[in-house]
Amino acid sequence: MLDEETKLTLRVVFPHKVLPYLLVAPQLAITLVFFYWPAGQALYQSMLRQDPFGLKSKFVWFANFRKVLADPAYLNSIKVTVVFSLATAIVAMAVALLLAVMAEKVVRGKALYRTLMIWPYAVAPAIAGMLWLFLFNPSIGSLSYVLRSLGIAWDPLLNGSHAMILLVSAAAWKQISYNFLFFVAGLQAVPKTLIEAAAIDGARETKRFWTIIFPLLAPTTFFLLVVNTVYALFDTFGIVHAVTGGGPGKTTETLVYKVYNDGFVNLILGDSAAQSVILMVIVIALTAIQFRYVERKVHYG
Amino acid sequence: MATVDLNDVRKVYAGGVEAVKGVSIAIPDKQLCVLVGPSGCGKSTLLRMIAGLETISSGTVAIDGKIVNAVGPTERDIAMVFQNYALYPHMKVYDNMAYGLRNRGTPKAEVDSRVRSTAKVLELSGLLDRRPRELSGGQRQRVAMGRAIVRNPKVFLFDEPLSNLDAKLRGQMRVEIKSLQRRLGVTSVYVTHDQLEAMTLADMLVVMNAGLVEQIGAPLDIYEKPASTFVASFIGAPPMNLLSLSTESSANELERKLLGLAPPGGQAAMLGFRPEDAELVADAEDRSGALMLSATVEAVEPVGAETFLHCSAAGNRIVIRVGGRTAAKPGDKLRITATAEKLHWFDRGGRRLDSTSPSS
Repeated sequence: MLDEETKLTLRVVFPHKVLPYLLVAPQLAITLVFFYWPAGQALYQSMLRQDPFGLKSKFVWFANFRKVLADPAYLNSIKVTVVFSLATAIVAMAVALLLAVMAEKVVRGKALYRTLMIWPYAVAPAIAGMLWLFLFNPSIGSLSYVLRSLGIAWDPLLNGSHAMILLVSAAAWKQISYNFLFFVAGLQAVPKTLIEAAAIDGARETKRFWTIIFPLLAPTTFFLLVVNTVYALFDTFGIVHAVTGGGPGKTTETLVYKVYNDGFVNLILGDSAAQSVILMVIVIALTAIQFRYVERKVHYG
Repeated sequence: MATVDLNDVRKVYAGGVEAVKGVSIAIPDKQLCVLVGPSGCGKSTLLRMIAGLETISSGTVAIDGKIVNAVGPTERDIAMVFQNYALYPHMKVYDNMAYGLRNRGTPKAEVDSRVRSTAKVLELSGLLDRRPRELSGGQRQRVAMGRAIVRNPKVFLFDEPLSNLDAKLRGQMRVEIKSLQRRLGVTSVYVTHDQLEAMTLADMLVVMNAGLVEQIGAPLDIYEKPASTFVASFIGAPPMNLLSLSTESSANELERKLLGLAPPGGQAAMLGFRPEDAELVADAEDRSGALMLSATVEAVEPVGAETFLHCSAAGNRIVIRVGGRTAAKPGDKLRITATAEKLHWFDRGGRRLDSTSPSS
């Protein structure tokens, strides 16, 4: 029989002490093998410097970090990443919000419209990248033909800004579906009577959107801002790799892509490890923000 | 200010459901018109059509003599108090009240003075910097009222504004709404399902049922001369006692009692009297010109100043009101009388039988 207190707290009491540890063991093992071990390796690696042939390595403390942070190419990569992430997040969110607001107005075929809107999310990043690459390829792309006939000298292979625009478009396009879903849900959560009250209070549609609906979407918008930034920072390797490969020059080399380039292409393992440790710190900071502000969203009411 | 005229207004929803089936009401200037009826009777739909939140399927709605069928809610110059208050949760009380004025391009200084003076009237001055979630139910209700009043619109619309408040607060706000409406002299339409609220607030009472108007009139006129059995049982608490004259069990006894109480024309199918119009009598003698009933007490409900006796009489359940305390217990046999002028007669269709019937 359970005693009174146990029943109240609904605590599960195991018959002997080993079982609970056995039950958590697989989870712990996976975390240890696939997260703590590689993370520890990266941390260790980031303080080593190897000769070009990988014959011997030297422990150099934080020299790799000092070198990386003083490297103009790395600072450029930070700038590229910030521009790319913000542009992707803003474009993806703005377009998704516009489409979600439009979807609210659709009377017939609402479900079909929404389903079609969600499809791009199922496309793998590299595939999405290839799709955009072909569309905007300077020599065979159908959309670049249109751009050129409009008098725009479209060339993402040589022009860094064009490459960035192409990259942002591809990355944002893939994320629009996800944002669309959240905005549709967010819009549905705005009480209808508030919009009616605002209409009676003399606010026309545009005014109602900016003074009532948009502020009430703030929790959704903030959540998506974090999610989209994280996406643009870390989940766009496939797109960058497929579309520009970091070029032309280093104009589209994001931090994640640079880790890959330095580590696996140029084989400078120490620098690459130091960069990935910096990225790890950024991820931890972003996660902290997410837990602190997003998990308990701004609530009204 | 403004009159509100509804002319044969109908609302048919896309699925073919007819919520309002042809309603005509003429509300004079400065009057408080209460639409009352059970849920689903179309009263809220009608209010929303006046507000412009629902399209009008046929018929016309006119505010201040101008037909507004094609005018959106933004341009109708009305204010509405919603059941859930619909306060803007991200705005402070001040901004909630100022919103409508700002949208109409009122100068900043005037917005400020109007918001502050309205807040003073509603005792909200200390709360202007709070957000709606920091207010109690009663305070939110006041802010919703304030938001309506501050704009000084042509018409106020109230959609069951008190139904989310507790009984005590509801009583207070009822009195406040009435005195405020009198003082401001703004034509108002008020929707409620609570007959007590309807009776106490209305200058003009409209009883609705199943999308149609059952009766329009002053509250006490309706109470005294209900146009139908529906109105008789909806207005008044406890409702009017209705005795069926056609059921097998009651026919013989009742018809004997009713000799000499001839209905004023037509074939009466129902007889009604108010709980307070019945008297207990000690003697078993039948009085001429009065209804006499034998009743058995089934339950006693003392509420302080009065006591309600739930009885069965002639196969019907009836309620009798007696003043103060009573010695009656369940199982007691009583003799009940009601004089002829206190009786209400209804025909088979439930319509009032009365030469001076005010029914529409």
